[in-house]
Amino acid sequence: MWREIGHRKLNFMLGLLSVSVAIACLVGSLTLLKANDVTTEKILAEKQELVEKEGAALNDAMRKITIGLGFNALILPADQDLNEFYHNNTLSKTMPEEFVDRLAKSRIVTINHLLPTVSKSIHWDEQDIQIILMGTRGEVPLMHKNPKKPMLDAVPRGKMVVGYQIHQQRHLKKGDKVKLLGKEFEIIETNKERGTVDDSTVWVHLKDAQEMLHMQNLINGIWALECHCAGDRISQIRAEITNILPGTQVIERGTKALARAEARATAKKAAEAAKKREEENRAELKQKQEKFSAMLVPLVMFGSGIWIGFLTIVNVRQRKSEIGILRAIGVQSTQILMLFLGKAILIGVLGAAAGFLIGFYGGISWGELPLNTETSAQLFSPDLLLISFVLAILLSGIASWIPAMLAAQQDPADILQEE
Amino acid sequence: MRLEISNVSKTYYSSKGDVTAVDQISLNVEANQFAAVRGPSGCGKSTLLLMAGGLLAPDSGSIQIEGQNPYDLNANARARFRAENIGFVFQQFHLIPYLNVLDNVLAPSLALKEEQTRERAEQLLKKFGLEHRVHHVPAQLSSGERQRTALARALLNEPKLLLADEPTGNLDRENADVVLAHMKDFATAGGAVLLVTHDEHAVEAAEIVHSIDAGRLVSV
Repeated sequence: MWREIGHRKLNFMLGLLSVSVAIACLVGSLTLLKANDVTTEKILAEKQELVEKEGAALNDAMRKITIGLGFNALILPADQDLNEFYHNNTLSKTMPEEFVDRLAKSRIVTINHLLPTVSKSIHWDEQDIQIILMGTRGEVPLMHKNPKKPMLDAVPRGKMVVGYQIHQQRHLKKGDKVKLLGKEFEIIETNKERGTVDDSTVWVHLKDAQEMLHMQNLINGIWALECHCAGDRISQIRAEITNILPGTQVIERGTKALARAEARATAKKAAEAAKKREEENRAELKQKQEKFSAMLVPLVMFGSGIWIGFLTIVNVRQRKSEIGILRAIGVQSTQILMLFLGKAILIGVLGAAAGFLIGFYGGISWGELPLNTETSAQLFSPDLLLISFVLAILLSGIASWIPAMLAAQQDPADILQEE
Repeated sequence: MRLEISNVSKTYYSSKGDVTAVDQISLNVEANQFAAVRGPSGCGKSTLLLMAGGLLAPDSGSIQIEGQNPYDLNANARARFRAENIGFVFQQFHLIPYLNVLDNVLAPSLALKEEQTRERAEQLLKKFGLEHRVHHVPAQLSSGERQRTALARALLNEPKLLLADEPTGNLDRENADVVLAHMKDFATAGGAVLLVTHDEHAVEAAEIVHSIDAGRLVSV
């Protein structure tokens, strides 16, 4: 058999090539699918890491809100026109200052700190500048919770904290004594630039503001501090507060910290969505590849089988004289059959080996994985190797069977007469 | 050993018209006989030889080799019968192109496993003056060497009957004489030889000559 192969190398090589292509196609497809699974796992692990990173960043942002005075809910009278507030940053409606005490004594759990305020946009005649006057008495502790250090101290009576734009324009500095609506104040703090309405705000004690604005025992709003209202918890807070304080409304007020937190939450959601999209894309890609393989592999196998059959027919024709004389001198037809099937099996075995190697490493390369021992070990499947050998031998054997049978059944008299 | 051909006929049927290649031929070849059948090309010589060799069943009549009609046997048994009893030599040599001389001579051992076939093959090659060509393939041999190789192959299984179809057809006189001499030796050693040829020189080597024309025996 080996000598015959050596004598008709082209026929053998073409047969070998055909089986190798078929097996390489099968192994390549399956290895590629497996390589894609590995890549998918890797990509999804990276996406998961990003989700976790964004989650950690969100937690960090929430922690910063907690420690960074994140006013994020504002309780207002129910009849307060929010358009007025949003357009002019002023609140014209009031509610009793007693509300804040009622809230502090309640067992509310969704907020931690309360800050009653009076605010009004006024003209500071003495300095000739329009300002927001903000009066606050400092934090009102919630009675049912363990006493904590107040997050914000009240501006003491007769003292004033001045926003950036005001002290910059009017050249005011810490320690200056100024008059506001006829009342004397000492500036105890000049704020750094915040880039918000705070830069045009003057803070005084609540009582001072109430007196100046003739709003004794009235407040415009209550800031809820450190409330964890990112996401949909605001609705829970609203329900809880309006239950305790009927006739109020609660709005969510974003601070920089909250905005960051929301951005983080959005980023986390985006990362999760990206991960989900990636999962879907990878699944879709896998499905497409599976469909393509399901079509391609049988087609190539069929083509390969036809080609091997054709090559065997050619080989039978080439060996006609040999078959004739062997049959004449008494060689059995089964022995003739085995000559061809033996060669077919050899083509199958060698084709499987070559096809497996080509398909396996081709699949890894195509799957854009590094060609190294680790990847090979990860993707190698002994089952696939076994299947490759069995399929290749079957393919070559079955494709050669009919021509080999015809060869074995040839009448030696016909052949010898033809010759 | 006795080859008995009794009233055998063979007609080839085709759309272009039926051809009776062999028509009612009877002849015998005994052991130690070198018989020849001569006739022009297409007269039915080769058909007669194939029928005598158990390769082509006659339409009528019978073939007996050592009292056995090979066509009474099934295909496998007939193949074995041929391997045990008959050697063939053809004009076209029919050597296997990728096997060397020794392996070509050993080819019949595929059909009949016997002990010491290799030694016997080597002896035959020495006898036929091919010992220096043992490892050459047919393409590297002269026509005479090829035919001697084919003759050695035919004799490997020690047949009782040697059938030769134009064995000198592709040989020069010198090589033809060598081949014919070996065939004569085979007959002398107890074998039976049936040679079919149109070569008068080859016919001269035979003890008994039959002539056929248009499928019929014309003289004895």
